Amino acid sequence: MRTALLCLLLVSGCATVEGERDPRDPWEGFNRGVYRFNETFDEYVAQPVARGYVAVLHQEIRTRVSNFFSNIQDLLIGANNFLQGKFEDGVNDWARFAFNSTIGLFGIHDVASDFPGLEKHNEDFGQTLGRWGAGPGPYLILPFLGSSTVRDAAGTAVDWAVQPVGEVRPIELRNTLYGLYFVDTRAQLLEASRILEEAALDKYTFQRDAYLQRRRSLIYDGRPPREKIE
Amino acid sequence: MRHVMKTALLLLALAALPAAAQDVPPDTLVKNVTLEVVDLIAKDKDIKAGSRAKLVALIEAKVLPHFNFTAMTALAMGQNWTKASAEQKKELTEEFRTLLVRTYASALAAYSEQKLDFRPLRAKATDTDVTVNVRVLQPGAQPVTLDYSMEKTANGWKVYDVTVGGVSLVANYRTEFANTVRASGVDGLIKDLRAKNKSLEKK
Repeated sequence: MRTALLCLLLVSGCATVEGERDPRDPWEGFNRGVYRFNETFDEYVAQPVARGYVAVLHQEIRTRVSNFFSNIQDLLIGANNFLQGKFEDGVNDWARFAFNSTIGLFGIHDVASDFPGLEKHNEDFGQTLGRWGAGPGPYLILPFLGSSTVRDAAGTAVDWAVQPVGEVRPIELRNTLYGLYFVDTRAQLLEASRILEEAALDKYTFQRDAYLQRRRSLIYDGRPPREKIE
Repeated sequence: MRHVMKTALLLLALAALPAAAQDVPPDTLVKNVTLEVVDLIAKDKDIKAGSRAKLVALIEAKVLPHFNFTAMTALAMGQNWTKASAEQKKELTEEFRTLLVRTYASALAAYSEQKLDFRPLRAKATDTDVTVNVRVLQPGAQPVTLDYSMEKTANGWKVYDVTVGGVSLVANYRTEFANTVRASGVDGLIKDLRAKNKSLEKK
């Protein structure tokens, strides 16, 4: 029902898809619609802004900005590690947050990474759900945010609801931080997206398969059970 | 008798020579080749200035001999591989190779200045199919893992898949290849790959 409704909103996006349907992507028609919207937004807004940001700000300053957000994320990463029962990793993440927030001046210096063993992790609530046994569900492209699945979208919603930047006041400052966060994230992906563009025959399919593979790998912390390719 | 012994020893020594080159363990091979290439890139002014052609040439000379592109193409094709004629297989491999080298060159150009961490090999000495793990360390971010799937052949260890951050290149091309073959046949795929490579050449 929900899908049908969304399809009505994006009629053009729900044209029938040629060939066989991929069982992992039953909403391909809808997804391609959102994908086209995202691509256009990226081409005319996100990428130019990110390029401008890279051109104007020195690498040194951009790294400080990335570190600031990365530090806040360590709080959530730690929480997710605790939820997944990986207590040592969780302690590691929160130790990173403690060091970087203090010695690293509110996180702008990543001093923790210089300590052996205090390596940065990659966790989020979508991965925690996966760890708890939830399958990915259908592939889903979110407006502005891009590739996701039903499980990961739920995870993103939870991560977003509990992240502390939302509490920042005044609202103008909070919104500035959100804006900066998106620009910083896009800027960090400029290289990767160019490589993706070069490598893919059909970018939609390539990106989808890469996302699904990547998420599976992350849930198993980089060591997923080997899938037999024959 | 002594003569026979001497000849036998000489033969043994000769037989051992090429074997020594082939017996470089897979993790040592990956490390040596990677470090050599990274070093050459660092020393080359043209590549540093962005010469993609020179970088591609460097990769072709140093890296390619250690890849088994026929195996990679066959894996990416899956069941469709058997549908291709010998000639089509050759063309597919050629075009896929060109595309992969370009992608690899772009990735190297982007990340060659990062610190690398070569992980110890977790395999038995008798294994003929192993995964060599390398991690690209980046400040403030989780390391990117590079896993080389390698198979032992008569000519030494050969890479048949590269997994970047959990994404297997071979597996990732499977759906694309299958979709194209379903829509326009093996020749259609060759045509698409060729067009893709052409469009990248212009850049």
